[in-house]
Parts: sequence; C-alpha cells; structure tokens
Amino acid sequence: MAETRVETRAGARPSRLRRAWQSDFTWSFRHSPVAVAAFGVVMILILGAVFAPLIAPHNPFNPATLNLMNGFTPPGQANEFTGELFLLGTDDQGRDVFSTILYGMRISLFVGVSAVLLAMLLGVMLGLMAGYVGGWTESIIMRVADVQLTFPAILVAMLIFGIAKGITPPEYRNEMAIWVLILAIGLSDWVQFARVVRGATLVEKNKEYVQAAKLIGRSPFAIMLRHILPNVLNPVLVIATISLALAIIAEATLSFLGVGAPPTKPSLGTLIRIGQEFMFSGEWWILLFPATTLLALALSINLMGDWLRDALNPRLR
Amino acid sequence: MTDTPVLSVRDLTVEIPTRHGVLRPVDDMSFDIHAGEIMGVVGESGAGKSMTGNAVIGLLDPPARIVSGEVLLSGTPVHKLKGDALRRLRGKRMGMIFQDPQTSLNPLLTVGDQLSETILEHLNVTQQEARKRAIAALEEVGIPAARQRIGSYPHEFSGGMRQRVVIALALCAEPDLVIADEPTTALDVSVQAQIIALLKRLCRDRGVAVMLVTHDMGVIAEAADRVAVMYAGRMAELGPVREVLTNARHPYTAGLMESTPLASQGRKRLRQIPGAMPRLGALPGGCAFSPRCDYAQDRCRQEPGPTLKRCDGRAACWFPLNTAAKEEAKA
Amino acid sequence: MLAYIIRRVGQSVLVLLVVGLVAFAMFHFVGDPIDNMLGQERTQADIERLRVQLGLDKPFVVQYWRFLEQAAQGNFGLSYRQGRPVAEIMIERLPATLELAFVSGLMALVGGIALGIFTAINRRGVSANVVMTASLIGVSLPTFLIGILLIYVFSVELGWLPSFGRGEVTRIGGWTTGFLTESGLKALILPAVTLGLYQMTLIMRLVRTEMLEVLRMDYIRFARARGIREKSINFRHALKNTLVPVVTVMGLQVGSIIAFAIITETVFQWPGVGLLFINAIQFVDIPVMAAYLMMISVMFVGINLIVDMLYFAIDPRLRADRTTGGH
Repeated sequence: MAETRVETRAGARPSRLRRAWQSDFTWSFRHSPVAVAAFGVVMILILGAVFAPLIAPHNPFNPATLNLMNGFTPPGQANEFTGELFLLGTDDQGRDVFSTILYGMRISLFVGVSAVLLAMLLGVMLGLMAGYVGGWTESIIMRVADVQLTFPAILVAMLIFGIAKGITPPEYRNEMAIWVLILAIGLSDWVQFARVVRGATLVEKNKEYVQAAKLIGRSPFAIMLRHILPNVLNPVLVIATISLALAIIAEATLSFLGVGAPPTKPSLGTLIRIGQEFMFSGEWWILLFPATTLLALALSINLMGDWLRDALNPRLR
Repeated sequence: MTDTPVLSVRDLTVEIPTRHGVLRPVDDMSFDIHAGEIMGVVGESGAGKSMTGNAVIGLLDPPARIVSGEVLLSGTPVHKLKGDALRRLRGKRMGMIFQDPQTSLNPLLTVGDQLSETILEHLNVTQQEARKRAIAALEEVGIPAARQRIGSYPHEFSGGMRQRVVIALALCAEPDLVIADEPTTALDVSVQAQIIALLKRLCRDRGVAVMLVTHDMGVIAEAADRVAVMYAGRMAELGPVREVLTNARHPYTAGLMESTPLASQGRKRLRQIPGAMPRLGALPGGCAFSPRCDYAQDRCRQEPGPTLKRCDGRAACWFPLNTAAKEEAKA
Repeated sequence: MLAYIIRRVGQSVLVLLVVGLVAFAMFHFVGDPIDNMLGQERTQADIERLRVQLGLDKPFVVQYWRFLEQAAQGNFGLSYRQGRPVAEIMIERLPATLELAFVSGLMALVGGIALGIFTAINRRGVSANVVMTASLIGVSLPTFLIGILLIYVFSVELGWLPSFGRGEVTRIGGWTTGFLTESGLKALILPAVTLGLYQMTLIMRLVRTEMLEVLRMDYIRFARARGIREKSINFRHALKNTLVPVVTVMGLQVGSIIAFAIITETVFQWPGVGLLFINAIQFVDIPVMAAYLMMISVMFVGINLIVDMLYFAIDPRLRADRTTGGH
C-alpha cells in the first residue's frame, strides 16, 4: 500500500508528520479487519485468564472438587456415572478441560508477559548504556549479546532452566519452576531489545537537541530517559509484541518438553503434554482444546505485531 | 529543428489516488524536445519534475498513473504501451540517467556485465560484439583504460566515474531520447561541470534529445537550450533558456532567478521566495502560486491559473511580467 | 581479507572460551561433583582424595584450563545418570540428529528461498497472499504442535507413517544411517517436516522482505529503465543482492535447526543428542549438558565461519584486496 508512503512524504514537516502519524495509526487499525479481529481474540483470552476464578466452573487446583469418576467425559456430553456435564470434556483425573485451559492460560500469560517485561527492561537499559556511554561498556555488552545471539533463544532458555534447576534445592523445585521459567525466557530474549535500542541511541545521541541538553548540563541519566528513550519506543513496542508471542510459545515448548511449569501448576504447554498421551486412545479433546487455545493466542499476538510493525513503519510494506 | 520532435508530450496528467483524495503531481503538461536539443525541466522538489520524467519513460510506481494526455516518442504513443512492448522501448529508444550513481548501479555485477546485458537485450549482436561495444561506450564517456576497467565492480569507481558509467549504460543501446533526472545533484561541484559537459557533448555528437530534470538554475543556464519551469505539477513557464533567464515572464520564474546566484548577473543581492510550495493535497484555491506571489491580484486568488495554451505560450500567468523592461526602467 | 578471517577466527575462539566457561561453571557450581560421584557412604579421606584427584584443590584458572584441555579431547567424564562416558553416548547418538537436521535443513532452504521469491515477485497476487497468511500460521504454530498434528493425521488417523523412533538403521563403521532402509526413510519424513517447516517459513519471510527491499533499489529501477527483462531483473539483479543478507541469517537458521531438533526429537522419541539433552536437564545430568553445550557451540561457530566465507564469494565489495579505486 503505497498511499501511506506518499502521505508521509508529502507531510515533510515534523509537527504535521507527528499528527499525520497518529491519525494514520488509528485509521490503519480501524481499517484492518485482521488487526481488529486479532485484538479482539487477544482481549477475550486475556480477560478469560484474568477472571478465570470467576468464569471457570471448577477450580482444577483444588483436589476436593475433583471426582475421579468424572474422568474422560467427552465434551458436551453428560458423564455416564455422575451425570455431570462438561463443556469441553474432562481429562483423566476428571478435571474440567475448560477450567484447566482458563487457569493454564493464566500461567502462560503471566510467564510470557513477565519474561518480556524482564527482557525489555534489561535490553532497553543495556542498549541505552551501550549506545550512550560507548567504549568498554559498549564492547562488553555487545560482545555478550553477540555470543548469546549465536545460540537460539529456546536453547539458552533450556540451559538457564537446567542450571537454575540444578541450583535450586529439590524440595523447592516445583514452587520455583514458574520464576525460573520467567528468568530463563527473559534472559534469553533481551538481546533484540538491546541491539535496536543501541542502534537508535547512536543515531539520537549525535542530534543537536541531545548536544544541547548536554551543554545545559543535564545528567546522562536524564538525557537517556527524557530525550533518547521516547525516540526508541516504537521499535521497542513492535519487538515486545512479537516477543510476547515468542515467549508464550517458548514457555509452552519448555513445559511440553517437561522442563517448564510443573503438572501441579499446568500451563497450556503442560496441558498439551498431558493431552498428547491420550491422543492415541481417542480422547482427542484433552489435547485439542488447549492446543487450539495456544495457537489462537500466539497467532493473534503475532498478527497484531505484524500489523503494528507495518503501521509504525510504512516503508516496510 | 523543423522536423517532428523526438518527444512530444501533450496535456499529460498523472494522478495518485490516496485515501484523502486524488493527488495530481503532474497536471496538464505539454512540451516538445527535438533531436540534439537539451530541454531543462526545473522547479522546487515536489514540483512534479521527476514524476514527469517517470511518466514519459513509463516507470510510474503504482498507484500513480497517467490519466490523460499523450506521450509520443517520434510518433509512437508510449502512454498506450504496456508490458513487453514498453520494455523493448526503454533502453533502446529512450534511456534514463538517475540522480545517485552510488545506488543506480548493481553492486554485485561488473560494469561490463551490466553494459553487455543492456546491449544484448536491444541490439542483435554477438557476445564479443557486445563486449566491444561496451568498451567503446565506456571510452565515449571518458573512462580511461576502458578495456581494463570493464571487469571492475561499481564500488571500484569514484562517484564521477560511476556517473559516467551510468551515462554509458543509458546510451549504450543508442536511444533517441535521454531523461536525465538530477544527474549532477549527488556529485561534487567540481565533477558536476564535467558531467554536464559530457552530456552536452553526447547530445551534440549523437543528436540525442535530452530532458534534463534539475532543481539547479545554474545547471539549466549552463546546459539547456530550452527550459520548462514547473510549479505544483503545472508548467509555469516555457521558452528558450536565454529568454527565460533574462526576461522571466512568470513571477515564480522571476523569484527563482532572484534566489539563484548566477555569475552572469553580477553582484546582486539574493532574494528568497516567501513561504514554501504547497503540498499536493492542500493546494490553495486560485493560482497555486498566488499565496507566495508579490504580484497576485484578486483574479489570481479566485480563478485557477491559466494553462500555457490560453496565454502567450510562454508563461502560465494572468498577469505576466516583463522583467527585462523593468530592469531597463531601473537602469 | 586474511585479516578479516583471522579476526573472525579470533572471535570464534572467544565465543568458545566463554561457552567453555559457562560449561565449566556448571560443573563447578551446580551441585557438588563430589556428592555426585561418591555415594552416601563416604569418609572425609575419600572426599579429600577425590578433591585432589579431580584437581578441585587447584586455583580456579588452573581448573578451568584443565577443563578446557579435557573438553578439547572430548572428555567430559561420566554421565551422572547412565554412568557411561559422555563422549561415547554422544557419538552414538549424533548420526540420528545430523541426518534429521540435514534433511530438514535442505527442505527449509530450498522451499524457503523458492517461496520467498515467489511471494516477493507476485506481491499483489492472490496465491502469494495465501502463502503469506499460511506462513504466519506456520510461525505461530510451535514446533511441537506441528509434530503432534502430523502424528495425529499421518500416524493415528491414516496409519501411513510411524509416530516415533528411527525405524531400521544400517551401521556403517561408527555411523548409523536410516537412509538405506524403507522403514528408516519412512520414519524420517514426519520429524524432518516438523523440524523444517518452521525454518522454511522463517527463511521464506526473510527472503521475501529482503527481495522486496532490493526491488525498491535504484539499480533495479535503472535496470527497468534500460529495458532489461523482468526475469533477468528478478533472478540476475535482485536475487543475488537478496542473498547477501539472507546468507547470514541462514547460518543462524542452521544453528537453530540443531537446537529445535531437541523439540522434534522429544515429540518423535527420535534417538538423537537433543533427546539426550532434554533428559539431562530433567535429571540435572551436568556432564551431558556441558558436553552438549560445547558440541553445538563448536558446530555453530563452524557454521558461522563458513557463512563468512560465503559472503566473500557473493559480494565483491568485501574482497578487500580489490577495493581501492585505482588501476
């Protein structure tokens, strides 16, 4: 869509550009059915996860409410022994699949969002420092980033998880698993943020307004925060959105592999791991519904990220 | 120059549909270029000069498109051609020179490859013959040791040399028309004059018609035979370069002249035209230049500016100036 | 050029030293090696003897150096879990992973480049948009879900292909291959597709983006203005320029194929090093984790070096000995 290109080129003056950008931004959202739909799905899923205790018919973590007799109830059918009805069926232990999905999503989203926040905080800080301070600080930060970038994030996350697990005393391992997951995924994903922020910082640093701020004696910290940071927010936002999808997938993958959320606190990945065991015996719903939810979540966030990137950077269309 | 013109543009209008309405970067342009003639097209950036050049050679980026008017290349209706027929014409009968020689050559192919490729595409010759012609083309544009340099990559040439290679590429299939889009803008001042001299020489020797697009009045004064002044997509003034330079009839041309330092005019104080050219989406009512015009009257603000045809064929202005007379009166 | 290569090799060595430090630190700080090696019944004398024997009484740097020496010889000690030398277990399992990675890598590369060019050239076409949308689903679909989906369709429902294992393998020297038997090839299909699909979508999207970027360049416009054929513009002018940045990322992709093999191997119970690694993490089997880490670091670093060399082959601007403008 080259219209936007012409638009931006025509409005060359910064103040106008800014206004045009803002109106373009909302315009492009309203006129992208994909973005609106994706946003809708993400909101529904997030609300479902946040209000899980209110929505879920059962609390899957409370053994008292479970009845083993309810095990393997197909979706939408009454259980043959207890007569209870489950919207999406039950798993082997008689847990309501709909409820486990809502609670599982809570864990998936919590881990995903926390990990991205951690990565963002770390990446933005280190990127700003590397770009602004330069010299040895920059060399060390970027070298570490390069080394880490040689390895795929998921592998780094597995490794951090493995090491953290080794350090944690066995009796705390299940309890700590969620925090270890956040740490592992967060630490595996900061590089992207750091690289983008550093690049933008290098550009901004030499602009006259930053020089002016230096001259009037603003502290480096204030300059970084007040002057440079706002200029790098757009790319950071785009990366954060795409990272969120990646983090949720990473969490699910680790949990699926059995090196993530424990069975006592199942995330979507753990649920899929459990469900896979029943795929061959015909209890498809235990696998299908968590898998579909995970896919819907990841896909919608990815679609939003894709749209966001296009909307904030019209040139790349 | 009584024969039919090489290029004849008639009432050419280009439009770009956007979601805020239709923009018209080229509006009702008409001009001719004859063999062996350099026609300068001058104006501020965004005036529609490059867009006119792109429309002539059929390289408008969608959604921009020609909505009316004709482009005749020695009688061939270029504006009606599409796809392969148009492609065969490009390079063979009309060539184009781009602004930045840094970016207009493919960095991964040798200049020889790029030249032979173009020659083989348009002329029915063998590989060896193409290579020979490629060397000749490089020699013609003044590249020393052309035989050795043919296997070099673009990055191995300096900026000025690279622009010579670009010119050789545009001319190697012997077109009748060359559109030079700001050919000197990206070059050092010292190199600019050489490139202009080269263009003039090639134009004279080969009888090529040249459309020289530039924002630089100095380049126009130096190289062009005739000049077309564009403002906001329209032709403001058209005429032989000496007359336009010494006796501007359109207030915009006069403003441009007063804001350009030219050696021939001696030490006069430079003036600037107030304001900036309006965006295409926000053209003022009346004559597009009226808000910036010192001489604007009520009619200029209410009625759209006249087209050249409706005036004396020189300046598209309701109240054309007579700069020469004014200067005399001052003296 | 030589200076550049030397610098890159230097960087590679640095990466390996850093990774070695991480691996060493794992041994040193995660769990007590003495605890891991001696049973419950131990005397203070046993502990002291083992400390000296393992060199744990030496300074940190000396220990690190000894660790590197040992690692360079492929000696990572005994697996805590299996009690066998780690190197032996790794070598046994490596062929399975390499064969899987090779087939899926080839698929990803060929398919990804072809589809990337197709979608870039036919940017406004319907089929290209369908491919792009499908690829977005492909990117959002975690590898393990692709695997499960394929197993469900082709093993559970259709019963065409096996859902786990390598099938029958042939032993050639120290190498085991599944390429030579029908069951081996059949068993390879689903894991290879699972592993390759994700990489293929990534490569496709990358090639498309780069190609679109290149197609906007001035030299492409200039080639058009000279009347060069579309075909020649796309494949001669654009593709080569597209490949320069794509090659780097492809190097990284090969690395991530090896890493993602962990997931695929788990889903399909494929007896490779990835499955070994995951089990090692679950049981905190440090020697296996460290050995795996070192092994794939060497692989990654090697691949990156090869990619650097490829650069020179593609881009004349990098052949430093010719860059000066003179004659």
